[in-house]
Amino acid sequence: MTKKTLNTYRAGPDEDGRFGIYGGRFVAETLMPLILELEKSYETARNDPEFAAQMGYYFSQYVGRPSPLYFAERLTRHLGGARVYFKREDLNHTGAHKINNCIGQILLAKRMGKTRIIAETGAGQHGVATATVCALFDLPCVVYMGAKDIERQAPNVFRMQMLGAEVRPVTAGSKSLKDALNEALRDWVANVDDTFYIIGTVAGPHPFPAMVRDFQSVIGEETREQILKAEDKLPDTLVACIGGGSNAMGLFFPFLDDKDVEIIAVEAAGKGIETGEHAASLSAGSAGILHGNRTYLLQNDDGQITEAHSISAGLDYPGIGPEHSWLHDIGRAQYVSITDNEAIEAFQLCTRLEGIIPALESSHAIAHVMKIAASYPSDHVIVMNMSGRGDKDLNTVATATGMTFGVE
Amino acid sequence: MMETRIAKRFARLAEEGRGGLVTFSTAGDPDYETSLDLLMGIGKAGADLIELGMPFSDPMADGPAVQMASGRSLLGGHTMTRTLDMVRAFRTKDDETPIVLMGYYNPIYVYGVDRFLADAKQAGVDGLIVVDLPPEEESELCIPALEAGINFIFLTAPTTDDVRLPRVMEKASGFVYYASITGITGTASASEADISSAYKRLKSHTDLPIVVGFGINTPEQVAAVASIADAAVVGSALVNVIAANLDQGGKAQAGLVDKALSFVSELAKGVRSSTKGAA
Repeated sequence: MTKKTLNTYRAGPDEDGRFGIYGGRFVAETLMPLILELEKSYETARNDPEFAAQMGYYFSQYVGRPSPLYFAERLTRHLGGARVYFKREDLNHTGAHKINNCIGQILLAKRMGKTRIIAETGAGQHGVATATVCALFDLPCVVYMGAKDIERQAPNVFRMQMLGAEVRPVTAGSKSLKDALNEALRDWVANVDDTFYIIGTVAGPHPFPAMVRDFQSVIGEETREQILKAEDKLPDTLVACIGGGSNAMGLFFPFLDDKDVEIIAVEAAGKGIETGEHAASLSAGSAGILHGNRTYLLQNDDGQITEAHSISAGLDYPGIGPEHSWLHDIGRAQYVSITDNEAIEAFQLCTRLEGIIPALESSHAIAHVMKIAASYPSDHVIVMNMSGRGDKDLNTVATATGMTFGVE
Repeated sequence: MMETRIAKRFARLAEEGRGGLVTFSTAGDPDYETSLDLLMGIGKAGADLIELGMPFSDPMADGPAVQMASGRSLLGGHTMTRTLDMVRAFRTKDDETPIVLMGYYNPIYVYGVDRFLADAKQAGVDGLIVVDLPPEEESELCIPALEAGINFIFLTAPTTDDVRLPRVMEKASGFVYYASITGITGTASASEADISSAYKRLKSHTDLPIVVGFGINTPEQVAAVASIADAAVVGSALVNVIAANLDQGGKAQAGLVDKALSFVSELAKGVRSSTKGAA
C-alpha cells in the first residue's frame, strides 16, 4: 500500500467511502447491492459530459443559476467591519439550495431506470425540491416528514401536495428529521427494485455524502468566480449553517485547499448547549453510527440517539455529514453554534436591513456573521451562504416573537 | 477449536431430522424482570436457538412491532450491560441452548468493540447478528468477533445475488440468516416456493445452516419453513404477544410470560410435527 501524500483536502472519500474514520456503508444487506449499483452509476454519470450538460441545462434554465453573490451593503455598514456578501441560494427555484442536489439525483434516477422517488424532509425545503423535480420528470413521489415538522412547516406541506407528492407523516421517535430518515430507509428496503431514494443532505451511506456534496459544489464554484470578479481576491472567511451540512459542504468544498480561506460552519445551539436542548452534534456529540455512516452524533452513554432541538426544522438533526466530522477533527473548518434566540434576532435584522427574509436555518449563519464582522478590518471579505428563504418560517417567528397576523 | 453451541445444536437437529425454531425477543421488553423470566423459560418451551434483541433508538430495518419493543425496553432504562446480565443469568441454568445477540452497531461501538466482545464471550453469547454491518464493514466487528471466538452471522436477502453471495460467505460463521422478503421485519411473508429456491441457492454457496426469518408468524408457517430450511425465526409475532399483554401504562400484566411461553410451545410443536425435506 502506498502512503497517501497528496497535499489536498479534496481527495475524499476513499474507496470504502471514508473520510478519515467517518462515512462508510453501514446498511442492511438488502440495500447493499443497490448502494453498490448506485455508486457505479454515479461514477459513470459524473464522468459523462452528457450528464454534466444536462445538469448545466437545468441549473441555468430551470433553477436560475448562477445565483447572485450579493454585497450586503447595509448589513456591512451596520455591523462595522468586514465586507459581507450573501450567496443567494434563496433565489433558486423552490427557494433554497436543496434543488441543486435534486436535479442531480433525479437525472441519475432516470439514467438508472428507476420509476418511483422517495425522500425525507425536515423543514420541507428538500421535500419541496424533490416534489418539484418529480413533477418535472413525471415520477411518483413519497416524502417522509416528522409529524412535529408537518405542524411547524405547514406551508411547505401544502406545496409538496400541490406538486403531486404524497406526504407521509412519521410519528415514531422524536417525530422529526431523524425519524423521517428511518422511515424513508424502511420504505427503500421494501421497494429496492423500482425506487430511488433522494437523500437531501451530505449524510447516509456512501456514495450519498460525496454525491450530494458534488451536486452542491456549484455553490462554491460560482462563489469563487464571482468574488474574484467583485473583489479581485478569494474570500477571507466563509460562513454557512449546518444541520446535515449540504449547503455548507457545497460552499466549502471548492475552497478546502485554499489554506488562507477561513471556514466556519454554524450549528444550531437550540436553547443553549448547556441546556441539552440543541442540535450541535460536533460541539457536543461523539462518534457513532447512524443512517449508514459513522459521524458525530448526539447520543447517550449507551449509544442511544438522543433528540435534537432547534427552532429551525432543517437543523433539527442529531447527526451531521461525515465529511464535516473529518474536517472538524483535522481542524480545516471551525464549528461554532448559535442559539434559537440569536437566530431570530438575525432573522429580524436581515429582514429589516436588507429586505431579505432569510430561512431560520440561514439565520444561524447570519447571526454568526453578526458576531464576528466587527472584529475584522474593512478589507476583510466574508461570504455567507444564504441557503434559503424564510417564507416558510413566518409562523414560527411570529410565535417566537409574540407577533400576531393581520392589521389592527 | 471447541465445538460451538451453535454447531452442536444444528448437529442435533440434523440427527432428529427436523428444522429448528429460533425465537426473537427484545432484551428488557417490557421490563428487565419479565424479559428475563421469558428468556429463562423459552428453551424449555421449545426454542432451539435464542435471538435476543439489543434495543436501539433507531431500528431502521425493523417494522412497528420490534420498533415498539425497543422503545419499551429503553423507556424502562435497559442498557447493554443489562442485556449481557440476562445472558449471564441464563447460562447459569442452561449451557446448551445457543444465544445470538441481534441489533444495530452503534450501541456496540459506543460500549467499545473489544470490551463488548470480551464481556459477551464471558457472559456466554454464541453469535452476533448486526443488521447494519454488511461484509464491506467486516473489519469493524466481524473479524474481531471471530478472533474472540464469537460467531458473526451474516444476513442475506433476495437482493443478494449469486455474484455477491461468495463475498457474503467469505467470513460467514455459525449460520447464515436469510431475510426472506425485501422489507422490514413483521410485515410481508415469502411464499414457500420462493423460500425453497432461495434455500437451494444459498446452500450451493455454503455448508453452514440456513436460518430463514421475516414474516413467519404461526405454527403452520414455522412448520412449513422448518421443513425446507435448517431453522425458522419467529420475532414480531412473539413480540406482539408481549405487546398484547400490557396494561394501559405499558406494564406487564399477570400471565404475560405464561402466554408468551405457551405461544412458543405452539410454535415448537409446529417444527416438531414436520420433517426436514418433506416439502
